[in-house]
Amino acid sequence: MPKPQKSASDSLLLQADVLVLGGGPSAAWAAVAAAESGAKVVLADKGYLGTSGATAPSNTGTWCVPPGDNRHAVVERRWQRTGELADPRWMLRCVDTAYRNLLRLSEWGYPFPSEDDGRLYIANLRGPDYMRFMRRRVLLAGVTVLDHHPALELLSDGDAIVGAAGVARQIGQDWRVDANAVVLATGGCAFRERILGASGLTGDGYLMAAEAGASLSGMEFTGKYTLAPYGSSLNKGLPFRWASFHREDGTPIVGPTGEPLRNGIGDREEEVARALIDGPVYARLDQAEPALQGWLRQGQPNCFVPYDRAGIDPFGELFPITLRAEGTVRGTGGIDIVSDDCATGVPGLYVAGDAASREIMTGAVSGGGAVNSSWALASGWWAGKGASTHARRRTGKAFRSAVQSLGQAGLRPASSPRADISAGEVIEAVRNEVTPLDKNFFRTGEGLEKSGERLGSVWRDVRDHLQGEGLDRVRTREAASIAAAGRWSVAAALHRTESRGMHRRSDQPGKSAAFAHRLVITGVDAFRIAGAPERLAELVS
Amino acid sequence: MIEIVSATRCVECDICVKVCPANVFDATDNGVPVIARQEDCQTCFLCEIYCPTDALYVAEFAEGPTGITEAQADARQLFGSYARALGWKRGKAGGSEFDPTHRIRVAQ
Ligand SMILES: Cc1cc2nc3c(=O)[nH]c(=O)nc-3n(C[C@H](O)[C@H](O)[C@H](O)COP(=O)(O)OP(=O)(O)OC[C@H]3O[C@@H](n4cnc5c(N)ncnc54)[C@H](O)[C@@H]3O)c2cc1C
Ligand code: SF4
Ligand code: SF4
Repeated sequence: MPKPQKSASDSLLLQADVLVLGGGPSAAWAAVAAAESGAKVVLADKGYLGTSGATAPSNTGTWCVPPGDNRHAVVERRWQRTGELADPRWMLRCVDTAYRNLLRLSEWGYPFPSEDDGRLYIANLRGPDYMRFMRRRVLLAGVTVLDHHPALELLSDGDAIVGAAGVARQIGQDWRVDANAVVLATGGCAFRERILGASGLTGDGYLMAAEAGASLSGMEFTGKYTLAPYGSSLNKGLPFRWASFHREDGTPIVGPTGEPLRNGIGDREEEVARALIDGPVYARLDQAEPALQGWLRQGQPNCFVPYDRAGIDPFGELFPITLRAEGTVRGTGGIDIVSDDCATGVPGLYVAGDAASREIMTGAVSGGGAVNSSWALASGWWAGKGASTHARRRTGKAFRSAVQSLGQAGLRPASSPRADISAGEVIEAVRNEVTPLDKNFFRTGEGLEKSGERLGSVWRDVRDHLQGEGLDRVRTREAASIAAAGRWSVAAALHRTESRGMHRRSDQPGKSAAFAHRLVITGVDAFRIAGAPERLAELVS
Repeated sequence: MIEIVSATRCVECDICVKVCPANVFDATDNGVPVIARQEDCQTCFLCEIYCPTDALYVAEFAEGPTGITEAQADARQLFGSYARALGWKRGKAGGSEFDPTHRIRVAQ
């Protein structure tokens, strides 16, 4: 285990082969995989490994496909639903690796439930239990875990990423980890929406990666929203599979066939979204039979916490609902992966889970409900292995003293800092463009253009003037990351002049063959958007 | 949001300070932790289930405090109710082996 040292500036200094940033499932799997290959691993999380991230408060279904020839057909069927942007090769290798890791969990003794025939049911992972279990596995693997150690920026020696720096927020001390490779497992960007697990999901990894020269893809696919009891954090759609929906005056909301909606999830979110733009919407889980009511209560207990605490019987009474924005968490955007070991194209920088673009896995549709958690299981593994292989190749190279700190916006403003530009106001301004249903669920070129202009001006203020001191740097950096993610998302959405999956352009309905490819964004302040084929050609040359 | 740290139940173990992913609590020198950054709470209910004495209460409204009092939450037996629903006890995990979610997925 690495020994902490105090440096002259009174900051915590560690050395590792592999540094993992994040504390969700993909970080945990990356840390275990790297440690198993013999690497000395440090994991630094903004929150607490075991409770932080999107999985810990939830109950995640995995995409669990047992080995066998049938899995080609399963992958092919799922691919049909991805808006042609996913890559079946990645999908296949993901289900294989995820399945192996689910088996590993059962070998380690994770308490899976059983089916009626007594076989373990390994396709579902209950968040609090799973992540608490993973914390123990990470510690057993000999990983040094730094809780409440948000990373603020990456470090480079000019050729490769050689670590990261941040602040230990419960101690009020800076930290730096020198490492031969870094895995970004910092999750998605939920644009500060108050949804389960999202307080720390501010897209920090995207900004850090982009500052290092990595690209992003799928950033236009942030049009995913999930139903929740009004005002609650419970963005879990499953119970609404068995619901009816009503307007203020009691009239039912109808589906495309004119029949009242009896299922509010998947494509039907669109009707609810339209109604919510007009006014309040109420739901009742009245399509659930008594047996199902019991399973829902027992299997998804947190879904019922809001009702029980507010004194509502959701099966019998109407209650107000909302659609919660989910940014890239249930969207698909993130850091672009360039090789099978989850490398980013920047030497020494690897990416896993929601921090990575899941376009190769799930294209233009949401990977929530199955694909994302399998992706965390698999990509964490590959990134951990990839990073430790890279670290081994670099062993022996002394850490150069001339290490560059790569953090810009929110840390080192381009011009003089201004106290009147606050993190909170920046985030509010971004939210105004990227969360309202009438701007982001249903999009138009004109609306996106206006949003783009406003976000451009927010970004210029952030870039030039936003700065924090001490612990406040966490907040200014989060605001900068949210501003960058919002700007990329709107720019990519404007670029994609068609509708595909969760990218719904009212002015461009229908898919266009000219856009049957991924859009890759490179750059932070001045960025360019290229189609994936062009980007590949660039990588080859 | 997190609203109540019950001083009568709390044993001052500071587990909540450590496990809250949003760093909402501050430990105090000689007493129960304080809710120092309520606005940062993500309403995930996880502090409740990690607390060994069911001393924490997170209200259902995520956008701001509801003002519920300890007496009201107590009268409605809300302390520890989420932990009980999961099968967690005294801050220890349990109950995932009885999760019937696979039945829901079949029904779906
Ligand atoms: C309510 C809900 C239900 C879901 N249900 C399902 C489901 O049923 N099936 C499914 O497949 N998927 C589901 N998902 C998606 C799934 O939870 C995510 O895909 C998964 O959690 C991603 O894992 P991750 O480790 O990449 O990111 P996360 O679990 O989100 O973890 C990200 C981590 O990064 C840390 N971090 C962020 N910034 C920094 C920083 N600057 N420095 C250090 N650490 C940082 C955070 O603290 C956090 O620990 C659900 C999501 C939600 C919100
Ligand atoms: S976890 Fe519970 S008992 Fe421990 S300090 Fe917090 S409130 Fe008190
Ligand atoms: S509900 Fe979650 S975020 Fe809020 S105080 Fe408890 S653990 Fe922290």
